[in-house]
Amino acid sequence: MTERSSNSQSNNSKLVLKLVGVVIGMFGFAFALVPLYEVFCQVTGINGKTSDTAAVYESIEVDHSRTITIEFITRTNTGMPWEFKAQTRKVEVYPGEMNQVDFYVKNTTHKDYVAQAVPSVSPGTAALYMNKTECFCFNNQPLGAGEEAIMPMKFYVDPQLPKDIKFFTLQYTLYDVTASAEGVAMNQG
Amino acid sequence: MSTATTELDHDDHHHHAPSGIKRWLFTTNHKDIGTLYLWFAFIMFLTGGAMAMVIRAELFQPGLQIVEPNFFNQMTTVHGLIMVFGAVMPAFTGLANWLVPMMIGAPDMALPRMNNWSFWILPMAFTILLASLFMEGGGPAFGWTFYAPLSTTYSNDTTALFVFSVHIMGISSIMGAINVIVTIFNMRAPGMTWMKMPLFVWTWLITAFLLIAVMPVLAGAVTMVLTDKFFGTSFFNAAGGGDPVMFQHIFWFFGHPEVYIMILPAFGIISAIVPTFSRKKLFGYASMVYATTSIALLSFIVWAHHMFTTGMPVGAELFFMFATMLISVPTGVKVFNWVATMWRGSLSFEVPMLFALAFIVLFTIGGLSGLMLAITPVDFQYHDTYFVVAHFHYVLVTGAIFSIMAAVYYWLPKWTGKMFDVTLAKWHFWCSLISVNVLFFPMHFVGLAGMPRRIPDYALQFADFNKWISLGGFAFGLSQLIFLALLIKACRKQGEPVSAQVWEGAEGLEWEIPSPAPYHTFDTPPVIK
Repeated sequence: MTERSSNSQSNNSKLVLKLVGVVIGMFGFAFALVPLYEVFCQVTGINGKTSDTAAVYESIEVDHSRTITIEFITRTNTGMPWEFKAQTRKVEVYPGEMNQVDFYVKNTTHKDYVAQAVPSVSPGTAALYMNKTECFCFNNQPLGAGEEAIMPMKFYVDPQLPKDIKFFTLQYTLYDVTASAEGVAMNQG
Repeated sequence: MSTATTELDHDDHHHHAPSGIKRWLFTTNHKDIGTLYLWFAFIMFLTGGAMAMVIRAELFQPGLQIVEPNFFNQMTTVHGLIMVFGAVMPAFTGLANWLVPMMIGAPDMALPRMNNWSFWILPMAFTILLASLFMEGGGPAFGWTFYAPLSTTYSNDTTALFVFSVHIMGISSIMGAINVIVTIFNMRAPGMTWMKMPLFVWTWLITAFLLIAVMPVLAGAVTMVLTDKFFGTSFFNAAGGGDPVMFQHIFWFFGHPEVYIMILPAFGIISAIVPTFSRKKLFGYASMVYATTSIALLSFIVWAHHMFTTGMPVGAELFFMFATMLISVPTGVKVFNWVATMWRGSLSFEVPMLFALAFIVLFTIGGLSGLMLAITPVDFQYHDTYFVVAHFHYVLVTGAIFSIMAAVYYWLPKWTGKMFDVTLAKWHFWCSLISVNVLFFPMHFVGLAGMPRRIPDYALQFADFNKWISLGGFAFGLSQLIFLALLIKACRKQGEPVSAQVWEGAEGLEWEIPSPAPYHTFDTPPVIK
């Protein structure tokens, strides 16, 4: 009896260890889902996020056979009291051609703010072909009280863009990141 | 007879445990812990039910009359959390504690000390959660699914308490699940082969694997909410490069297996009760095992059917739609097997059987509305309406909870040694059956007509149906007091003594030991035929 029970005890601990391993592994998996999700979305472009690093424009042949209409929408997140407008609401471009669109922002308050613009393309697949060589959304944008600015965005549409996409929308949402930006500045200082 | 000797000497030989409150605090006996779990679940069921009464009282009429919207939101949130983590899951764990060792011929659970812990941290978790309701700003008000940014940007500071209580609940269920797995793997009586195990044991084994696979993911999700809210991370914060939709992916990767955690043990219970009162063997035992396994595996690849309206690509929507519909195949196998078990059986309609039959019919209604929700294009209409509320209450109340009640009525005489008050039990059944349908069936209609869920007010055209729903709700709530009275009577050991077998057609190891089940059973393993 004692032999049997000590034997089963060691069996139990082995199995418990394995199961605890599964638990820890799955806890890690929850966090691994975060980079997996990012990579998956970047590869497939299904969440409409454009790349957050600048693309390099290589002189590629401009496809004059078709035009793509791009519409720009701007909004500010709840509680972000800035004016934010695209100078051009809509452009028609040839795939492969460099373009520039300017955005106007004004800090309408009496306080300094730091903003972050987050892009979103709809339909999402078009995001993969929207290459920005310069964008205000790559960095935080600080603006003092009452200041205004013109923020440029340079881009070209990859000629590989699927033929069925003739029109897409690029939306920028401005978020207030003053609190976290100050934290970073203090850390650096 | 080994069992007879155990019964004779159990008081002096084994039972040197303290009496009174200390007996319950320090107990490592699977039967004591099972009882604790079941009473805890029942108290939580009444607590969560009281919150549902507040919700239904507010919705009795259009307009805001009884509670503030913010308090209403706390009620819907905490009602959901309590019913899922405090009532249904602990009730199943309690049943597992009582029954799994008795069904496989083991003397106790494999890890009795951990068993004690996994129960006793639960009251702590729910004390924390309930206490947050009384703090400044109130408790969690973002829905039991705690979608970011509601739970991050727009929540109050008691969110930290919510996170810790969910952590503790998760740890408790993980410990319980590990215990069940180790018990079933290592403690089966000689000759109790895998395919001889009762289906309740099988379904619980699979449930336990689901638990250890997804409860840690829930723990991860609440941890990310915690760090996003308090420590400046940006898992779900778009401004910092995160993605709020990712929250839903992580949450439902836990959430969908979770709904099977709450229904698979119910399948095991029904598979025990239906054969007993049909006086036939269960039809298709092996197919039941395989169906349960396939439901569990499929549950990992259907999570995004909760998110059809988030703007997924069409390909993904189609995949999740068809994968979801595929689940109806193994589930259909089960319903077919139960019906085939009853076919040409000599049926009798004792109270556990009444609940089991109600389960089969009403759970199938809930499954059917689930299939409707799985159809992506129509889900755009049903999403976030009362149709969804009707669906998951049919599968959880008339599914999971009815199965738990069936189980309690079925095994209660074994636990107490006395037959429960059958008249009260029949009153409980019929009152519950009628009121639960008055409560939940009209929700389908108001849902299809567009009444949104989780809102304390509604458009005037929904007023009549909501009045009926609320009346059904109050009646269902009151019906549970009959159950409470019955349980108190049963625990006072009132009633006719019962035989070891209790029910004429009952088969299995638990029916071979005396009633009431002795404090220690199967110290020497039984012989399996």
